[in-house]
Amino acid sequence: MDIAIQISNLDLFYGAFHALKNVNLKIERHKITALIGPSGCGKSTLLRALNRMNDLIQGCRTTGEVLLEGKDIYGPGVNVCELRNKVGMVFQRPNPFPLSIQDNVSFGLRVAGQKNSAILDEIVEKSLQNAWLWEHVKDKLETSALELPLDQQQRLCVARVLAVEPDVILMDEPCSALDPISTAKIEELMLELRRRYTIAIVTHNMQQASRISDYSAYMLLGEMIEFGITTQIFENPKDKRTEDYITGRYG
Amino acid sequence: MRIPPRNTQALAVALLGGATGLTLAILVFVIVFILGKGLPVLSLGFLLDNPQEMGKAGGIFPTLVGTLILPLAAIIIALPAGVGTAVYLSEYTVENPATRIIRFGTDCLAGIPSIIFGLFGFIFFVTTLKMGWCILSGALTLAIMVLPTIIRTSEEAIKAVPASYREVSCSLGATRWETVLKVVLPNALPGIVTGVMLSIGRCIGETAAVIFTAGASLRLPHSVFDSTRTMAVHFYILAREGISNENAFGTAAVLILSVLLVNSVSYWMMHRFISRRTK
Repeated sequence: MDIAIQISNLDLFYGAFHALKNVNLKIERHKITALIGPSGCGKSTLLRALNRMNDLIQGCRTTGEVLLEGKDIYGPGVNVCELRNKVGMVFQRPNPFPLSIQDNVSFGLRVAGQKNSAILDEIVEKSLQNAWLWEHVKDKLETSALELPLDQQQRLCVARVLAVEPDVILMDEPCSALDPISTAKIEELMLELRRRYTIAIVTHNMQQASRISDYSAYMLLGEMIEFGITTQIFENPKDKRTEDYITGRYG
Repeated sequence: MRIPPRNTQALAVALLGGATGLTLAILVFVIVFILGKGLPVLSLGFLLDNPQEMGKAGGIFPTLVGTLILPLAAIIIALPAGVGTAVYLSEYTVENPATRIIRFGTDCLAGIPSIIFGLFGFIFFVTTLKMGWCILSGALTLAIMVLPTIIRTSEEAIKAVPASYREVSCSLGATRWETVLKVVLPNALPGIVTGVMLSIGRCIGETAAVIFTAGASLRLPHSVFDSTRTMAVHFYILAREGISNENAFGTAAVLILSVLLVNSVSYWMMHRFISRRTK
């Protein structure tokens, strides 16, 4: 197993609330790892712990280790901005900025200080192509991103992440605001992106997890109950609680 | 006795419509009344000539300049301080007793009558700091006066920027400051401009605080260390001392027209900015 991210003994508190309890998990490079579980089980919190988005929340405290390429992202001297460039994130609702398509995709690069418009144009085109959006938008890069249909907005958000050239892409229920056809497109895109990126996805949708993920992790009340190859988790769960959830007896 | 819902609905529409109509009617009446008395006095000469006999004859040119410079200088001083405070309060601190005290303080400051600010400016800038009656004393005083407005409107505008924008910005590797600069402030701009507009309006219309600090000199100012007279002060003195009612109304008409002009131009600029950002 070629490990991209190794999580060891991770505990996370929101004030007094113990949101993640001694979580251990290995995320393999260039595979899709799905985090599943009922609402409030901590799967989104775990995902956000991987690029330290939880830092933005007041009173959030983390202990334990998250090794990215062997380096603890919670260690001293870690540059959080650089970390977030390596570990990108796609959110639940498509959330483009109220800017043009072009400016949305180039945002991360411009923040990083890239001013050369030829380089920006090139990366914008490449990112949009890799998010399967280029053909739809190449003639209207200057129009507002908010005018795109929802599924294209979500793929724009993917392109925006791709533009900063991450190694890992975190997806927090990326299809929950989309209809089935748009969902299928995003799933297909994820399978394509897996060839070059390590992907971790939070999903409520069992079918989605079984369709696209290589590994699945079942969480309940902040604990990692079971982790394994997706087919094993879905066809032959070892833990009774996982089985109850998968078969719909719970959650 | 119970009134049927259909009737209360009709009653509500009538009352609310009446309130709106009354407000509009009063506004239109005031404007038409002043413009009706003032517009006949207006001419190019009235705008561009120096006043004679304390304003009984001649034009109002120096007061036009004073009205332009004083609010402008006040906003130049108040804007960075006010927006900076608003950004600090909303982006860099969490709700705690200290921020609540700051907010309560700015709210109290907003409710203080302008003449108190004038008195403060007179005692502090004009006499203690020996700056004398001058544009700088006036601008500093007016800046303090409008600071609460700018802070609160900016803060509300900044709070109205969706949290998801900040989240995305951070997730793309932006620091908090870059997020403020590239995401928060551009999206808060319309609200901030509204606060600035309100503040400019207050500065243009202010008399008490201006007389105390910038003086009422009718000579054309050459630097910020000269005294000046704004149109509002000129109008006050012309009317109060019975120098010339015609010229007082003429000045008032110019005052109203310039406020309308400032408002229209800044709204036009704001819409241009927004539509250019998201064409």
